[in-house]
Amino acid sequence: MQNPGDLELTRRGVLMGSAAAVALTTGPFTEPAHAAAKRQEPILSTVSFTVNGKPRRLELDTRTTLLDALRDHLHVTGPKKGCDHGQCGACTVLVAGRRINACLTLAVMHEGDSVTTIEGLGLPDGLHPMQAAFVKHDGYQCGYCTPGQICSAVAVLDEIKAGIPSHASTDLTTPPQATAAELRERMSGNICRCGAYSNIVDAITEVAGRQA
Amino acid sequence: MRPFTYERARSPAEAAAAAARSQGAKFIAGGTNLLDLMKLEIEAPPHLIDVNGLALDTIEATPDGGLRIGALVRNTDLAADGRVRRDYGLLSRALLAGASGQLRNKATTAGNLLQRTRCPYFYDTAQPCNKRQPGSGCGAIGGFSRQHAVVGGSEACIATHPSDMAVAMRALDATVETVKPDGATRSIPIADFHRLPGDTPHIETALAPGELIVAVTLPKPVGGVQLYRKVRDRASYAFALVSVGAIVQPDGSGRVALGGVAHKPWRIEAAEAEMPRGAKAVAAQLLAGANPTPANAFKLPLVERTLGAVLAEAKG
Ligand SMILES: Cc1cc2nc3c(=O)[nH]c(=O)nc-3n(C[C@H](O)[C@H](O)[C@H](O)COP(=O)(O)OP(=O)(O)OC[C@H]3O[C@@H](n4cnc5c(N)ncnc54)[C@H](O)[C@@H]3O)c2cc1C
Ligand code: SF4
Ligand code: FES
Ligand code: FES
Repeated sequence: MQNPGDLELTRRGVLMGSAAAVALTTGPFTEPAHAAAKRQEPILSTVSFTVNGKPRRLELDTRTTLLDALRDHLHVTGPKKGCDHGQCGACTVLVAGRRINACLTLAVMHEGDSVTTIEGLGLPDGLHPMQAAFVKHDGYQCGYCTPGQICSAVAVLDEIKAGIPSHASTDLTTPPQATAAELRERMSGNICRCGAYSNIVDAITEVAGRQA
Repeated sequence: MRPFTYERARSPAEAAAAAARSQGAKFIAGGTNLLDLMKLEIEAPPHLIDVNGLALDTIEATPDGGLRIGALVRNTDLAADGRVRRDYGLLSRALLAGASGQLRNKATTAGNLLQRTRCPYFYDTAQPCNKRQPGSGCGAIGGFSRQHAVVGGSEACIATHPSDMAVAMRALDATVETVKPDGATRSIPIADFHRLPGDTPHIETALAPGELIVAVTLPKPVGGVQLYRKVRDRASYAFALVSVGAIVQPDGSGRVALGGVAHKPWRIEAAEAEMPRGAKAVAAQLLAGANPTPANAFKLPLVERTLGAVLAEAKG
């Protein structure tokens, strides 16, 4: 809680809190019972995990999601908040190599975990092959969904390699292949409002081919 | 979200004891349903017990030739298990038809069974909902009810159970194994696990407060062609309007369970005697006494046709 971003957040929190308090005190002198419950103090807890290889230790409100811990506390802003409800995939990160929605998991549940975000896959001076393929195939327009798409795409190829079946697999007992139908189904948890889907499939297909 | 205290349990006994200590506490596994609901303050537990450290994440063979699936086995891992793919294809297929790759990586066997309805009025805290706030009324009855139940509903609630996995578990005759806060254990047949809404739609399962699911067991494989067909508004990453899970034997006999039509996975064993006579006869029995709304009456022919397609596919 010592960097400027945190202060900013705290200020915003305080402002919201005081607005609520003003609203309450303009009414009768006694507060409704639920108002007291609503103004409960935050409860803090500590957690340690690594982010893109760097050990991190945080003291957080237990309510903090992994996504908010990354973005607002650690300023790792690659993972995006699209919906905050598991419905869009913009927040996709890799935890111990597996893709998850960072918005639907609490930071305190990740003690000892290793978290990889888009920044950990590659930076402009050393792109991950999947990042380079997205650039080459124009796999985005506004780019908001892209960090999630790329993290997901990297995990999808690992899942196919590990033999994990999908809804598009016609036979459950033979190893799945990186066909367009498989890639579309496996990438369905990543919504792209700009509709870059066909270029995204092209980018992943190229990387899958290169890996094979 | 309301503030809450948080602890990590290390054993089922510790988790059960923690639940006994703290009124209104909730277990958290994958968190993909509970956190969603906590953000909307539909759930507001004062205390969370993280069960991810309980080592209930293995799938083991049972002495009678079945499988014992730990409560924390992730949906991805359950669907990908070689024994499940070979002997319980219906379960793999149903799991893979649900949610997204990211969500299945977190979602657990127990959490999936206990996920709550996706009724839009349940999700909107400005609307009446007997399930969220007993006695407040039901916004869906007379409202937007396209996705709601056509069988087994009540005047209090016409919500559906959203799980795909649970439909397969019902057809496969799974058993839910639990431990209560006082340490007592029990086995609940899946048929008795989920409840119909009646006049207490907020009570959704046979679990007592603080009761922990430790495993779900499957009896020995029954063979047959195992299929799961899900009909939804888009091809992936959407809940079922109607789904059909079926196990069809070479002689045409078998089992059928439906999703998207009731407050629980819908199976009527008596209807299965009609299987050799075809989809129309089976659907008629499964949907006997149906009470659809004008907005969801389309589910009745949709069930029959989806079942017809599944039985045709099973014949090959
Ligand atoms: C966008 C989106 C789309 C989805 N689409 C689908 C879909 O198409 N089909 C489908 O079937 N599902 C779908 N889901 C739901 C998903 O399958 C569930 O959220 C998931 O299975 C819940 O599992 P979990 O481990 O994350 O549960 P949690 O959120 O951790 O817990 C859910 C409930 O179970 C309780 N609980 C957890 N473990 C135990 C235990 N061991 N003992 C007792 N109680 C326990 C918790 O207290 C809580 O009440 C979707 C979800 C989202 C967000
Ligand atoms: S159908 Fe059930 S969950 Fe939906 S509003 Fe009515 S009572 Fe609530
Ligand atoms: S922000 Fe997490 S899925 Fe949309
Ligand atoms: S590139 Fe704009 S949302 Fe996908």
